[in-house]
Amino acid sequence: MQPTSPNFKQNARDAIADDPLQAALAKLAVGFPMRRLEAAARLPEFEDLRDQARDIKNHVLENLDHYLEAYEKKVIDSGGHVHWCRDAKEARETILDICRKADAKTVTKSKSMISEEIAVNAYLEENGIEPVETDLGEYIIQLRKEPPSHIIAPAIHLSKEQVADTFRNSHIDLAADRDLEEPRALLEEARARLREKFLGADVGLTGANMLIAETGTNVLVTNEGNADLTNNLPRVHVVIASIEKIVPTLEDASTILRVLARSATGQDISVYTTFCTGPRRPEDLDGPEEYHVVLLDNGRSEMIGSEFHEMLRCIRCGACLNHCPIYKSVGGHAYGWVYSGPMGAVLIPNLIGMEEAQHLPNASTLCGKCESVCPMRIPLPKMLRKWRERQFKAEMGSSTARWALRSWAWLAKRPALYRWTMTAGVALLSQFGGRGRFKSLPLAGGWTSKRDLAAPAGDTFINQYHKGARGDQSGALMRKKVH
Amino acid sequence: MSDTSKPTVGLFVTCLVDLMRPVVGFATVKLLEDAGCAVEVPQAQTCCGQPAYNSGDKADTLDIAKNVIEVFEKFDYVVAPSGSCAGMIKDHYPEAFADDPKWIARAEALSEKTYELMSFLTDVMNVRATNAEFAGTVTYHDSCSGLRELGIKDQPRELLSSVRGLNIAEGKETETCCGFGGLFCVKYPDISEKMVDAKVDDIVATGADTVLAGDLGCLMNIAGRLQRRGVDVKARHAAEVLAGMTAAPAIGEPAEGE
Repeated sequence: MQPTSPNFKQNARDAIADDPLQAALAKLAVGFPMRRLEAAARLPEFEDLRDQARDIKNHVLENLDHYLEAYEKKVIDSGGHVHWCRDAKEARETILDICRKADAKTVTKSKSMISEEIAVNAYLEENGIEPVETDLGEYIIQLRKEPPSHIIAPAIHLSKEQVADTFRNSHIDLAADRDLEEPRALLEEARARLREKFLGADVGLTGANMLIAETGTNVLVTNEGNADLTNNLPRVHVVIASIEKIVPTLEDASTILRVLARSATGQDISVYTTFCTGPRRPEDLDGPEEYHVVLLDNGRSEMIGSEFHEMLRCIRCGACLNHCPIYKSVGGHAYGWVYSGPMGAVLIPNLIGMEEAQHLPNASTLCGKCESVCPMRIPLPKMLRKWRERQFKAEMGSSTARWALRSWAWLAKRPALYRWTMTAGVALLSQFGGRGRFKSLPLAGGWTSKRDLAAPAGDTFINQYHKGARGDQSGALMRKKVH
Repeated sequence: MSDTSKPTVGLFVTCLVDLMRPVVGFATVKLLEDAGCAVEVPQAQTCCGQPAYNSGDKADTLDIAKNVIEVFEKFDYVVAPSGSCAGMIKDHYPEAFADDPKWIARAEALSEKTYELMSFLTDVMNVRATNAEFAGTVTYHDSCSGLRELGIKDQPRELLSSVRGLNIAEGKETETCCGFGGLFCVKYPDISEKMVDAKVDDIVATGADTVLAGDLGCLMNIAGRLQRRGVDVKARHAAEVLAGMTAAPAIGEPAEGE
């Protein structure tokens, strides 16, 4: 998709003025964090598991080449095929090629952020193949031609009324006056539609929450069971996954599963957790005839060893979005590309470029909530700051702001001059701040457009202190040590 | 400063307190002296460098930090009435100098002895109560850096609960960012407004008449929004209340008779 990240500021303003979106975000803001907290409280070893999960991924990233090759061998041993793709274009072409060889008309898909990243749906459509999203949220946004607004809850920005309207506009063969009041009715209508698609699909395209090197297995986590119908029913199963999804062993996969759902939705484990290894074996009752894994790099190998290395630990649980006050203010679409929230603000510049995504690392108070809930303990604020350093070096952003910052820093490095200038500045501002605060002030519009600005009082603390002042202690009680 | 039995404390007053609210500086000195410290206020201090650091200006950050290290490393302790500035020195100086063999040891040494005020009083000086009085119901906002970088949560509450006449009403979202974020609030005023409005709503819901915090940045943001919305809740730094220095008008309020 064409990123709208350069318009982040306007996107954010629009999002803040969007009442249905704000109602949806208010619900998310309470629900997910509360459930995560409860899930963590039920598991005494949760914090230890986070450490273990982090260590597993650190080990993988240190030895990624080794584990990727081991994984590939196992996939081939089990009768599958591995396709290495450098970028989105190669991955799209590879998937199309597999579909063409299978003479596919319809491709069912279970939810995959990588498939969003490479924009495979539009590409398949252009080439005469119908992609059908089978995760309910993804199905809804596919009908609406929207990108996901959340990595695990793609249609979280919509109300059930908006979904009903979408279904009425899309399922035009059904009675226009049908009752779609209850969520259940929406669910049943989508299920009936998708059932036909599941049965008729030639290729099933899924993502992977993990790839297990020890066995050549891909792990799929869903709450709707749609991934199982996607990987089992069609003749061909294609897995699209980025290279950092590797874990060494089944044991490691189970450690990460224990933090994944708890961090994401507060479930102990998702409703369906599926392990797929290779195509159908002679003794199997069902399963695909062909099994392909499309392994995507798309910039990841450049992140290894860079200041964004640790971002590759991300397991896409969405906890950082659910807890981010910025995400909860503007929602996912404001970020302007397929990822969002703190993980998006770190990842998007890596994927679409720092210039296009320059707002994202800046639109953060660095409050640290994301890092505090990240199951993989990714230092997200630190990495946002790293992007800011790169931008500063590249002289990006407003030249006025840079000039102001540099001038202030120049002064801050010269204590005597700083003291003289601040003394004069405070004295000047105090002249005009007699009512305790300013409603507006030249050069401070960013502040005073939204809030009053407290005025300074006469002289700086340091000047007053060194002239012997000790503050008005008339309100204080007799000085007495109380230990 | 002749009493050698007292630990020496260099007061890093922070640029906002120095320029905007000297009473917090006086209150901090009083609290530290009451706790048995010999306090010095070096005149050569400017800023911790955080605005440069968070704007990606690493070179200026390091230069400013070197000045802080040179001015403050002679003290037994460095104390700041701010979780944000103390966190900058304690957490981010060692990170910023990680690749500088000449300065890293000095940055780490300073980090070791730098504390936020409330944490220093309780965790280091073992102060459990202060001798102050404040008639009113307050609510406490946990500033992000203090809370998540330095683990400051119980310390201010323990001290405040010793203040006679003071009642604490906890908000539901005390740990949620107020939307200040340094330059963030002027670069992204719309998002910042949305966040500070949520903070104001949470404060109002507690029924408190005063909001306290340990960081002047958050407090000026919250006070400014309270005042812009015409909400009659006062904002003060917790040190003012703990030191009994509440004769001065609250943040952004006119002096009496003005």
